[in-house]
Amino acid sequence: MKMILIPLRASLVLLLLCGVVYPLVTTGIAQVVFPYQANGSLMTQGNTIQGSMLIAQSVDSPKLFHPRASNAKYDPTASAGSNQAVASDTYLADQKVKVEEWRKANPALQTVPADLVTGSGSGLDPDLSPNGALAQIPGISKATGIPEATLTSLVQSTTKGRSLGVFGEPHVNVNELNRSILKLIQ
Amino acid sequence: MGWIQIAITLLIIMLFVKPMGSYMVKVFSLETTRLDKIFGGLERGIYSLIGIRENEVMGWKKYLGAMLLTNGFMFFIMFLVLVLQGHLPFNPDGIGGMPWAQSFNTAASFITNTNWQSYSGENALSYLSQMLAIIFPMFTSAATGFAVAIAFIRGLIGRQDNLGNFYVDMLRSITRIFIPLSVIVALFLVFQGVPQTLAGAVHAVTLDGKEQTITRGLVASFESIKHLGTNGGGWFGTNAAHPFENPTGLSNLVHILCMMLLPTSLVYAFGLMIKNRRQGWMLFGAMSAIFVVMLLTVTLAEYKGVPALQSLGIEQGNMEGKEVRLGIAESALFTTVTTAATTGSVNNMHESLTPLGGMVPLAEMMLNNVFGGKGVGLLNGLLYLILSIFISGLLVGRTPEFLGKKIEGKEIKLAAIALLVHPLIILVPTAIALAFPSTVASISNGGSHGLSEVLYAFTSGAANNGSAFAGLNANTDFYNISIGIVMLLGRYVSMICLLAIAGSLAMKRVAPVASGTLRTDTPLFSGILIMVILVIGALTFFPALALGPIAEHVSLMQGVSK
Repeated sequence: MKMILIPLRASLVLLLLCGVVYPLVTTGIAQVVFPYQANGSLMTQGNTIQGSMLIAQSVDSPKLFHPRASNAKYDPTASAGSNQAVASDTYLADQKVKVEEWRKANPALQTVPADLVTGSGSGLDPDLSPNGALAQIPGISKATGIPEATLTSLVQSTTKGRSLGVFGEPHVNVNELNRSILKLIQ
Repeated sequence: MGWIQIAITLLIIMLFVKPMGSYMVKVFSLETTRLDKIFGGLERGIYSLIGIRENEVMGWKKYLGAMLLTNGFMFFIMFLVLVLQGHLPFNPDGIGGMPWAQSFNTAASFITNTNWQSYSGENALSYLSQMLAIIFPMFTSAATGFAVAIAFIRGLIGRQDNLGNFYVDMLRSITRIFIPLSVIVALFLVFQGVPQTLAGAVHAVTLDGKEQTITRGLVASFESIKHLGTNGGGWFGTNAAHPFENPTGLSNLVHILCMMLLPTSLVYAFGLMIKNRRQGWMLFGAMSAIFVVMLLTVTLAEYKGVPALQSLGIEQGNMEGKEVRLGIAESALFTTVTTAATTGSVNNMHESLTPLGGMVPLAEMMLNNVFGGKGVGLLNGLLYLILSIFISGLLVGRTPEFLGKKIEGKEIKLAAIALLVHPLIILVPTAIALAFPSTVASISNGGSHGLSEVLYAFTSGAANNGSAFAGLNANTDFYNISIGIVMLLGRYVSMICLLAIAGSLAMKRVAPVASGTLRTDTPLFSGILIMVILVIGALTFFPALALGPIAEHVSLMQGVSK
């Protein structure tokens, strides 16, 4: 009997310690110390929540920057990568179409930034590479009337470098860019 | 810059090895240490709740029994929570119960430290399930692996069949290592942007005037133990590629450090415990050599990308399935680390790696001993070590000995079972899955890549890794049940064999070192060990790899000349 009761009690005690006490205590501390991040880095305007700074949004308007293509259709309740096999012929054909679209939209484009034609890992990537954002400027300038130079300096000032100058890659948050554009339009 | 960030990360990993390894030795010491003053009160309270005495020792059979029974009860609790989650509290998003086959798969996955997920957390698990069926076993499965590894080392150096006390080992690794580190790491991750809230999903009207529902949860407390315990499951379906799980380059660094911290220090701790640090470093060196080759391969392959795409005018490098803030170098490094440490989390989609890039995680899981997960990796490394000693003993005509103890028929038989079970439970189910149209239907990409999808799934299960070529639809009864069984066998068969070896070695007399003793702590022996690992690994898996990623790579190269 003791042979059965001891492992059973051990399981239950650890369940309580690791499964209940630990996550709840951590939540308590996090909510007090970092409330903004702990609740999902939400963007708000007045009382409306406009989304999370860290989550890409679906954008159709030609006046705004477009985030990377999303296999999750920008739905955070079903994050998904493309899971394409990059060496396959179908993938090559798809990429060809996308590259041609970008060339048409921006004839000045030399090499197409990779992030514009590839799917992200999460389907919710909120960032573009600096080049990926710059490539969209001519179209946005035409649609909004904001001079290209203004948009270029907006992208440059919004771009974040690597963490501590070392880790990750330079990137620019599309939500942040679009919030600035909406302010400029008003 | 990519190579520099990789080099700096590896350097930081090395800085932690010695202090953490020494700390571990103290944690598991059978004698009283200063740590008892700090943690002793809480631990004694828990011992009396459970009903055990701290100084009660166990032989290998008792140790094994305690481990299996405890894991069994936990498995049962997790299964129930998953099936019944729709009726239980902490379910702000109103998620229903999980079907039984998937619940079996999920419970098997998390109790075995695999963290294979045939579901997406954001739409299939309640917060209670995340806490009780996921976070809880993330601690205990890692602790179980640790306990067994420590018990094995005690067997190696022991004079009698006394492997310590399973409950004490498991509890100490949780109270003295996992919980303190998890809390600190979780808070750092929140600081970087990882959510940590009991509130449910939030509804938003986006900047372009669209509706969006943003799922959140207790993500940070999940992420920290997921990587410290080399578990690897994601709160969200896309794991550490999801911006909420891994929002910055810095969070990515912390994830990588957490994964490597304990597996690498454990190898050092092994050297300290057997009072032969050279032996520890020898093993460390062999593992590192394989690790570096793997890392170089995947990084170069991803930076090179697909030549046919570059000729279309796309920037060089493969960004499909990768996140901009992380980029190619961090993704390649993460891929190598997550399959070396058998974590199985991903910060990029492995399915979209280039063929050679995708072969690296497969190969690392097939070898299953490049540092490896909590304890289990060291154990697999030691298995190969025993085998190498045996083989070189035969070659030079000496009695094979390790740490002065004779390696005889019984130990070799058990080691052979433990090693052979791994390819068996990968290749047989892969063959079965490929034989029937109904199971082939789960494959998303055609040709060699499709074969890799299935091969990857069973390799991941057998190695208790948990990463995936995620295109495969693994949420069918066949895959849920078969991968579930593979995970359980992959975990417990080798643990049973190892504890039996430990019990047998513990009883043996120690022969003094003489001029005839085969030295196992030299660079030469490191080389032999690497060769044995590669020969066994290559002979077993080469045919399957040739049909999958290698065939795909060859056709990719042909595409260039086309």
